[in-house]
Amino acid sequence: MPSNKQELMTRQRVLDLYFIDARHRLIEIAAFLDRVERAEGAADFRLTVFRQAMRELDREGAERAKRVLVAFSDPTAAPIPAATTKAACGAWPEVRS
Amino acid sequence: MRYIEPHAHMVSRVTDDYVDMVASGCAAVCEPAFWAGFDRSAPQGFYDYFCQLTEYEPKRAARFGLPHFCWLCINPKEAEDMGLAEAVIAMIPEFLDRPTVLGIGEIGLNKNSRNELRVLERHVDLAARHDQLILVHTPHLEDKLKGTRLTLEVLRNDSRIKPERVIIDHVEEHTIALVLEAGHWAGMTLYPESKCTATRAVDMIEQYGTDRIWMNSACDWGVSVPLAVPYAALEMRRRGHGAELIDKVIYQNPLAFLSQCPRFKAG
Repeated sequence: MPSNKQELMTRQRVLDLYFIDARHRLIEIAAFLDRVERAEGAADFRLTVFRQAMRELDREGAERAKRVLVAFSDPTAAPIPAATTKAACGAWPEVRS
Repeated sequence: MRYIEPHAHMVSRVTDDYVDMVASGCAAVCEPAFWAGFDRSAPQGFYDYFCQLTEYEPKRAARFGLPHFCWLCINPKEAEDMGLAEAVIAMIPEFLDRPTVLGIGEIGLNKNSRNELRVLERHVDLAARHDQLILVHTPHLEDKLKGTRLTLEVLRNDSRIKPERVIIDHVEEHTIALVLEAGHWAGMTLYPESKCTATRAVDMIEQYGTDRIWMNSACDWGVSVPLAVPYAALEMRRRGHGAELIDKVIYQNPLAFLSQCPRFKAG
């Protein structure tokens, strides 16, 4: 795969450009999880998959975005018999072990 | 700055968006046929829509000096009704010679069902028989990875299809390599909440290179930004990418792919 990797940004530059934004998003996720925990009633598979996907953030290697996307994805290969809805919910319902 | 908007659903946008796009350097806009937000009740609804795409919308864009082109199909969200889908696909050839039609699109899968797959195969066959370019929509969220794999299999199985004449749109980090390795073009759709943000799109450009890649806004009636492509160009500039590289991604690349259709001309 051809790469366009250029020495455009040092790690310091990346932090300068994106740290505040990433910090903001991380706090939003923390607040979301707090909100879910404070709420009543049962959660569903989306929360389970979300927590599984979060584990990818701490793993080594620079493919975290890809791995998070895969964690939310339907891993099966065969077409489904028929579409019963048009919408996607963001997480595959069959939680992986 | 100049750019081509290769994927925008202008029928659902206001005229002010045309003004903003032209003022931002847009040199051409391309509009794939898509789902209206509700299921059309009969093939006649598609006939009217195709007339809107090929007659009315180019005139609306021309008021601002913007060339408008389109792609034709029935969207996979309406593919469960095979009777409707087949009637619409049978209607498409009478529109293919119109002066602003680029090809068949945006075809593809939505929930990865058997009927969606059959309709995708019919569209691919239609494109092959009429030597048309193809623009593929890949599914949303959890369905994207599987849908991309199934789509690539359909394209691979039809020996008449030349990979370089197919753009597979809405790629993300988990699908871009599959698409590029198959020899197709990859489209990155810049949405605020789903698909791909400008920062992630530029990440992918830095990782996978600038060959056979374009960016689009896919602006429609949902949460979307008609100026997403020039905003992404600003993101590239912020990181230190030069004007030449930015021009390649947002102008030269879509020009190269779309010019495979002799009707395409940027303003």
